Amino acid sequence: MELTIKVNGELWDMDVAPADVLLDVLREKVGTKSPKIGCERGDCGSCTILMDGRSVRSCLVLAIEADGHEVVTVEGISYEGMNELQDLFISNNAFQCGFCAPGIVLAATELLDNNPNPSRHDVQEALAGNLCRCTGYEPIIEAVLAAGKGRSQ
Amino acid sequence: MIAHEFEYKRPATLVEATKYLAEHPGSVRVLAGGTDLVAWLRDDAVAPDLVVDIKNVPDLHDLTVEGDSLHIGSLVTFTELIESPLVKEHIPLLAEMAETVASPGIRNRATMVGNICSAVPSCDAGPVLLVLDTTVHLTGPDGSRPVDINDWFVGLRQTARTEDEIVTHLTIKLRRHGGVYVKLMRYAGEDLAQAAVGIAVYPDHGYRVAFGAVAPTPFRSERIEMALAGEPLTEALTAEVVAMVSDEISPITDMRATAAYRTHLTEVMLKRGLEAANQRLAGDGPAYGTRLI
Repeated sequence: MELTIKVNGELWDMDVAPADVLLDVLREKVGTKSPKIGCERGDCGSCTILMDGRSVRSCLVLAIEADGHEVVTVEGISYEGMNELQDLFISNNAFQCGFCAPGIVLAATELLDNNPNPSRHDVQEALAGNLCRCTGYEPIIEAVLAAGKGRSQ
Repeated sequence: MIAHEFEYKRPATLVEATKYLAEHPGSVRVLAGGTDLVAWLRDDAVAPDLVVDIKNVPDLHDLTVEGDSLHIGSLVTFTELIESPLVKEHIPLLAEMAETVASPGIRNRATMVGNICSAVPSCDAGPVLLVLDTTVHLTGPDGSRPVDINDWFVGLRQTARTEDEIVTHLTIKLRRHGGVYVKLMRYAGEDLAQAAVGIAVYPDHGYRVAFGAVAPTPFRSERIEMALAGEPLTEALTAEVVAMVSDEISPITDMRATAAYRTHLTEVMLKRGLEAANQRLAGDGPAYGTRLI
């Protein structure tokens, strides 16, 4: 089936099978490797992308469902080096192995787009369902809170 | 990766959609948000020949007040319920429930109608829709029909929907009430219910009490409702109905919780929920969204 999809601003036309999952198509056909293959059942958040501006588990979307939609991955929010949120992840040591980081950065991006100065509770709620096995979450929450303070000034 | 092949259709009209369903008896699945279906396809728990994606069917996204009812289209997501000013104004209980469903990344896709169509025992929408005046509207090859929510859940993962029908929307009659949804999870954030209680108290002490995740389907307890009906809530009455819980529910023991734990916490949730529902009816009490456990 023909799939037309915008990924990080670039328009792609390709042939996909109905059973192809968006996560696999993004990684293998488009070549964006930031969405990770984790649990593949929507529980871990490592495959998170933004679809039409909202965070979505790309492991639970058929590629063909994304026909006509716009997808943004971490590659798409950092064309020129790191953005402010990513810099704050680095300065707060908000990741270690990094496997969860793309998904968490995108979930935080969605939050900050809708709520520029979130509370700690807002951050915790927004990042729920994004599992990190290294940090214990505190540095991640601090990084997102710092980004919120930066944006609201 | 999904191991088996299937055909995919994305009809532009309801008529076309129901035609596809009728053409593939026994081997067709309706796709809305996909957060259950795609996981089941991957697990080989379902292996349809045809998947019918209804997201291009017009009108199914509607979330409106029509007459004395809230109309919720089958494509309305949990996020849309949380963000809707209409829901907040008329039935904030729906938002209280929606906020407990999985995580934002799931809620942005998952639909409430999909939740009751999957009809797993822990489906969050079940206990809440059961305590409201909810009607499920279906369209099939022979036209449309309404199904009362009380007739909807017929067994484990089984509903009143026949395979050639599509749920177009729900209607919920707007009636003053104090509502509560209390959900027991292993941790705050993302989890299925280990046990859940939905309560609505209407003026003149009319009660509806429903349970989730403690039986094969979400269900209402008529016995508890009858005992509460017409009586002001007192400590003695609360104790009387809390004592009925263990006979009313039939929880299982699994890796997520023991039956004894689910039973005990269901009793606690009913007690706290009854109190909060009454306070909310009086325009007081914990704000909707406040977690009671």
